[in-house]
Amino acid sequence: MDMALAPETLARWQFGITTVYHFLFVPLTISLAALTAGLQTAWVRSEKEKYLRATKFWGKLFLINIAMGVVTGIVQEFQFGMNWSAYSRFVGDIFGAPLAFEALIAFFFESTFIGLWIFGWDKLPKKIHLACIWMVSIGTILSAYFILAANSWMQHPVGYRINKEKGRAELTDFWQVLTQNTTLTQVFHTLSAAFLTGGAFMVGIASYHLLRKKHIPVMKSSLRLGLVTVVIAGLLTAVSGDLLGKVMFKQQPMKMAAAEALWDGESPAPFSIFAYGDVSKGHNSVELSVPGLLSFLANDDFSSYVPGINDTNKAEQQKYGPGDYRPIIPVTFWGFRWMIGFGMASFTIGLAGLWLTRKKFLLPAHLRVGEDEVPHLVLLRKKPLGPRLTTWYWRIAVLTLGFPLIANSWGWIFTEMGRQPWVVYGVLRTRDAVSPSVSQGEVLTSMTVFTLLYAILAVIEVKLLVKYVKAGPPELSESDLHPPTRIGGDSTDADKPMAFSY
Amino acid sequence: MQLHDVWFVLIAVLWIGYFFLEGFDFGVGILTKLLARNRPERRVLINTIGPVWDGNEVWLLTAGGATFAAFPEWYATLFSGFYLPLLVILVCLIVRGVAFEYRAKRPEERWQRNWETAIFWTSLIPAFLWGVAFANIVRGVKIDRNLEYVGGVGDLLNPFALLGGLVTLTLFTFHGTVFTALKTVGNIRERARRLARWVGLLTAALALLFLVQAQIDQGDGKSLIALIVAVAALGVALVANQAGREGWAFALSGVTVVAAVAMLFLTLFPNVMPSTLDADWSLTVSNASSSPYTLKIMTWCAGIATPLVLLYQGWTYWVFRKRIGTQHIADAAGATH
Repeated sequence: MDMALAPETLARWQFGITTVYHFLFVPLTISLAALTAGLQTAWVRSEKEKYLRATKFWGKLFLINIAMGVVTGIVQEFQFGMNWSAYSRFVGDIFGAPLAFEALIAFFFESTFIGLWIFGWDKLPKKIHLACIWMVSIGTILSAYFILAANSWMQHPVGYRINKEKGRAELTDFWQVLTQNTTLTQVFHTLSAAFLTGGAFMVGIASYHLLRKKHIPVMKSSLRLGLVTVVIAGLLTAVSGDLLGKVMFKQQPMKMAAAEALWDGESPAPFSIFAYGDVSKGHNSVELSVPGLLSFLANDDFSSYVPGINDTNKAEQQKYGPGDYRPIIPVTFWGFRWMIGFGMASFTIGLAGLWLTRKKFLLPAHLRVGEDEVPHLVLLRKKPLGPRLTTWYWRIAVLTLGFPLIANSWGWIFTEMGRQPWVVYGVLRTRDAVSPSVSQGEVLTSMTVFTLLYAILAVIEVKLLVKYVKAGPPELSESDLHPPTRIGGDSTDADKPMAFSY
Repeated sequence: MQLHDVWFVLIAVLWIGYFFLEGFDFGVGILTKLLARNRPERRVLINTIGPVWDGNEVWLLTAGGATFAAFPEWYATLFSGFYLPLLVILVCLIVRGVAFEYRAKRPEERWQRNWETAIFWTSLIPAFLWGVAFANIVRGVKIDRNLEYVGGVGDLLNPFALLGGLVTLTLFTFHGTVFTALKTVGNIRERARRLARWVGLLTAALALLFLVQAQIDQGDGKSLIALIVAVAALGVALVANQAGREGWAFALSGVTVVAAVAMLFLTLFPNVMPSTLDADWSLTVSNASSSPYTLKIMTWCAGIATPLVLLYQGWTYWVFRKRIGTQHIADAAGATH
């Protein structure tokens, strides 16, 4: 059968499409849950109305996104069995456990408390209502942890043995699966990238309003929260990315050689900013590189040896038998660069913003502004940016909200495609993982259905987001400002309308 | 009792939890066309399950995840075998979740009407298809020596399975109707009670036919007890509904769901998915289950997490225990179409 339409290829496309799509919402909602919870905490502690308005505004955008994250997550839970039944049979003993933990511990938490939070404004005392959004946030983070533990096991299988009689892998040490360095560094990297995503989302939308001089007090606080988040999360993303890279150099040398399009081992190994290779000939024809940087990324020094794609391919052939163990090099090479490039671009824009909008530090008194004025963007000690540059900064800052989303997507495409031809590294090949009983027509149908449905939903959700972004933070009502003091609500009026209804 | 038997029971519990909870919210979704006469009434219905539907659905995700972990072979055969029906269910659940969250987020008439139509169909279709799926699981399907499903989609749509689909459809509608009577005030509550009588009688007729057939085919003493409990509870639920005891009616329709699903699992055991081609190729609790080590870890997790889940999910129902009517829906007065 034609490889381009083989069930394996189609199943991979479907997994890629549905997972990348799902993961647009995941990092956004992980961070927005925590950031919204932070803003609500600020409201509960300070009783400043701008924090409550910010909570309602970002909370609404959070809910629009998490609805999509939740429903597209259902597909994730079931498509292993649908398209990858051979995989499910072979690894279910190990891989199923973190998924079940995720559902039992994280999903219930998240979904139950989110219902309480959405409908609870006039039913729960302030602090209990606040606790609900924190519970949601904890749920999202736990969920990330368990699913990343499962993915890390595919990257670097540990704590298992092969049961030849049953023809499957079996768990021997669950603790090791949960705490191996692959899991810990992946969780660290993914969560910091998630916060970079949410921070940039806030910076982008706040900048949109500040550029138009609207909703200034709320948007100024949001901008600051977003900028600080972007800078801290951006730094942590870089640090964790470096740690994860070093782990990967040891555990999957092929992936990292492919990330660099480093065909033959070198010491010291350079890091290429740009390269154009010829896969069939096994070398690059054009290359622009920083000497020694790859050696540093791999081993923390600028001169050590890093094995290349060709060396690793030979080593794997000796270990696992004849075959081609190279992933698709242009995808891994450019995926790696787009991940870093877009992530770091958003970090840089955030860092610049934090400096430009500083409140007091190295800022002369006449350039400081009041609560309801847009901050001056001040580059040097005394002189603010001109109106043109100012507008440009706000515009670029609006754009940055998309950057981490692109970086996240390429990060996953890189790490998953960089592991090919393995689905479980060194243990199970992707081609042996597909469902033997599912026909080409069936996979094609489901792939088409999901792609179309997701495309339609994307249009609907983006339009809705734009509507609510443009509308800005809502005005507060009397009941917003006077939350109940008893569970179930204070009102003695049996016919009082609900504060929120679908 | 070995660990894989324990997990058979736990998987049954998760499905029972799912059908009990999402059963009534599927029913409520169906009532948006069957019972509600205008938009405010539809909104009343949707809001009776507003805070809880998402948590209800997690029972399905947990059943899926736990099956993957405890019975990988079952998970693999079932989900790759029932591919297209499952695809339809997934599409419905996706659209349904978005519909609940997005419906009220725009004021346009067409926007709201479209999402309401979506809520109706995406509640009705899974309510039917889950019955089809479970009837096939219990009756057995064409499974070969490699534990792969080798039948087609047409094989899944046999008369027994279609009857099973009608049973879950009517039972969930009944469950949702008595839930509505319990959770609403005013005219809609009265009408829900009247509708419950007819839906209940229809459910009773279909369920009796289906469960007795299942009992004759594969039943034993235990499943017979469950059958009797299911049918008796449904009868008493109808009486309670007639007497205006809405709490009892709901509790008893819940017992019906629990007992009926339990009965199906009892007829299934020790198989998890029998083969109609050769009894030796059936998936059973022993040949489909994970290693004892994995099952032990899972038992600890479920043992600690499940009571907590019941506790905080129960608390949610308590927080939102008040009945609602059209007067509780803000801005509903103006929009009466």
